[in-house]
Amino acid sequence: MTPELAPPFTPASPVELSIALLLSAFLFGLGVVGFLSRRNMIIMFLCTELMFQGTALAFIAFARQHMDVSGQVFVIFILTVAAAEAALALGLVVLLYRCRETLSSEAWSSLGESQASSASDAPSASAAGGAL
Amino acid sequence: MSPLVLALTPRATIAPEYAWLGLVVLLPLISAAACALCAAFGCKNKLPAAITVAALGSSFVIVLKAYLSYAGPVEVPIFEWINFSWGSGGKFHSFVADCSLYIDTLTLFWMLFVTGLGTLIAIYASEYMEANRGAGYARFFFGISVFLFAMSSLVMGDNLAMLYLGWEGVGLASYLLIGYDYHRPSAVAAAKKAFIVNRIGDLGLALGIFMLWANYGTLRYDELFAAMAAGGQSSVDWHISVIPFLIMLGAFGKSAQFPLYVWLPDAMEGPTPVSALIHAATMVTAGVYLIARMYPFFELHPDALATVAWVGAGTALLAATIGMMQHDIKRVFAYSTISQLGYMFMGLGVGTSFGACYHTFTHAFFKALLFLTAGAVMHGFAGQLDLRKLSGLRRLPGWRIVSWTMFIGCLWLAAFPFTAAFYSKDAILLAALTSPRWDFVLLGWVGLFTAALTAYYTFRVWFRVCAGPLHFEMGSDGHHDEHAEHGHSHPAEHGAHESHPHAPRWAINGVLLLLAVGAIAAGLPSYLELFAHASNWVQMMIAGSSAAQGAGLAQAHGAAHAGSDAHHGSVLGMDPHTGLAIVGTLASIGGISIAWFLHLYSRASADNLLAWLRARPFVVWIPGAMENKWYVDEIYHGIFRFPLWIGAQVLSLGDKHFLDGALVDGFARLPIALGKVFRPLYAGVLQGYAVTMVGGVGLVLAWVTWVWLRGFN
Repeated sequence: MTPELAPPFTPASPVELSIALLLSAFLFGLGVVGFLSRRNMIIMFLCTELMFQGTALAFIAFARQHMDVSGQVFVIFILTVAAAEAALALGLVVLLYRCRETLSSEAWSSLGESQASSASDAPSASAAGGAL
Repeated sequence: MSPLVLALTPRATIAPEYAWLGLVVLLPLISAAACALCAAFGCKNKLPAAITVAALGSSFVIVLKAYLSYAGPVEVPIFEWINFSWGSGGKFHSFVADCSLYIDTLTLFWMLFVTGLGTLIAIYASEYMEANRGAGYARFFFGISVFLFAMSSLVMGDNLAMLYLGWEGVGLASYLLIGYDYHRPSAVAAAKKAFIVNRIGDLGLALGIFMLWANYGTLRYDELFAAMAAGGQSSVDWHISVIPFLIMLGAFGKSAQFPLYVWLPDAMEGPTPVSALIHAATMVTAGVYLIARMYPFFELHPDALATVAWVGAGTALLAATIGMMQHDIKRVFAYSTISQLGYMFMGLGVGTSFGACYHTFTHAFFKALLFLTAGAVMHGFAGQLDLRKLSGLRRLPGWRIVSWTMFIGCLWLAAFPFTAAFYSKDAILLAALTSPRWDFVLLGWVGLFTAALTAYYTFRVWFRVCAGPLHFEMGSDGHHDEHAEHGHSHPAEHGAHESHPHAPRWAINGVLLLLAVGAIAAGLPSYLELFAHASNWVQMMIAGSSAAQGAGLAQAHGAAHAGSDAHHGSVLGMDPHTGLAIVGTLASIGGISIAWFLHLYSRASADNLLAWLRARPFVVWIPGAMENKWYVDEIYHGIFRFPLWIGAQVLSLGDKHFLDGALVDGFARLPIALGKVFRPLYAGVLQGYAVTMVGGVGLVLAWVTWVWLRGFN
């Protein structure tokens, strides 16, 4: 049994919920688009943080809708994990930068299948990359 | 089926107090282990020879002691080896093959000459092989010890499983020793040939043993003979009557009978003491022993013994004709071995297991002697064995013992009157010629004709090599190097006498003399029978064993003697004994005389005769065919080896392209192909992975939305 929200809190109205969810979807979408379109690793990392916040907002909205604190507890966990991950990720970014002297994620494509090794693979791979 | 005379031999008694007989088997095994240790520690002296001679000599003494204290067949349990049983009631089965010894007179008879000759030949080999000291010396004596271990387990085991163990063991020892000089491709090929041809025979023996177990539920001789005596032969199912033929096949393989004889001449690639011990005196008589031991079972099919007789006589004649035209001394003796083994099988086939065993016994001595003299020549003349390139050795100082012991061996092989072989061969031929079956009588005359051929080719060797004017060419073996060290080899003196033959010393000469004495003494049973009216010792030995059982024909002969003076059968209208003695003497002396004329008195006439034959139509091909062994090897090559080779190539291609190519590599290509499909997704571009993820999430979302919308409509 999770504790329920007690008065004076009341369930949100459908309009208020819709606004919160739309904002949440917007933040998430912004993060996705930013992650896919930018090559700077710090920006990409910030975009993942944006996606986090979008989902966190949806949790809070539904918690209020259902008068249940579980959603808020999840948000606390998400923030904690995000903070830890930020420390780790930024450290990684610094290391990666030291290796290649650039922040571009394209400098790190050497771990994939060699583009030169199979000619037949190259067009489809570049097409996949080029389309997005 | 001839009348059976069964249950003559009492059932063996269990006698654990004879456990010391196990030493006969154990000592050669210990010696083999010691020789292996010598090889491992790089022993450079004659220690391996000393160990082997000591072990084999002790074995001989133990067998002698057992013979002197023999009082009826005994079974000596040593330890439990194989003991399974399953089922119960009517379905109870058991498979018991203990490491036990079965000691009857046949066993003792065989072991006496096996261990005795083994000891003598080991002494001979200690000198013969001395050039290999440190290198293969220990390996050679290891092989000899393994052979004696296997042979004694073959002869002394109390069940067919032990016999089979020994049977394969002697095959292994033979393989190892033929291929002793493994740097020579011909020796390696000969070793493989011997092993593979023997496999064919061994398959027959193994199947025969399986059939015996399936039908009688035991492999122990004692129980098998008891089962036979209890009427086991009354069943004439094909799977009972096939047993003697399967066993016979094993015997034909090991004892080099047609069609499996081809390995024995090639086995002469082995060192000469090996040829003497394994491929002349003892191992090749294992087939004779097997048939003699399983003699009652050859009554299971009326034609089984007749087949043995026909094969034996045919092999005797075939090998003798080939032997007449060989130039290599050892090969002549090898074919004479095959021929004499043919006589033994003929003896077994016509029902005189006594004659066969007696001939085995005398043959063991004089044939070992002949091989050892050939070995002495080979040793002294740097591997020269071509009888056209050696002459008059008896005039060469230091070679008198070799020449005259070879003369004795040749006389014995030619079955000259009053030699041991004369009596043992006569025992066989007499049984054939007085047989009520007309085909056995025919085989008897074939055997007599072969005896004349034998006398001819035997003395062809002696008159060529030991008699006549002295001249010789050295062989091409490594002794040149040895002589170069001694300063004997002078490049300027190339010619017939480019290096000196070195005469044999005490070990070789002593053993030759002992064997000559042995060959002479082998006739003692007959001399005593003739002049002291004693019973024939060999006959008593064989009569007291399983080999005497079921020998209806031999029994009939003995019974005829016992019954009245009136004789059964006749040879040329005379009393068979006298008649055969006269005809046999004529055959022997006739053969020797022809050899004397062609190869000593007028050697040119031998060439003239050949030229004359080669100029006649119809016979022009015969000398060449005899020299080329009637092309049997080539025929086997065409009929068996070539098709098998084709089959092997086809299977090899199938293996390479279908099993390995299509199946194994095909399955390996499956994940590669799958990988090709998914590889573009992992191009190493971070955003590419993200697109895949987002795309996946999008697909899931679209599906959920579609389901949701459909649910509402």
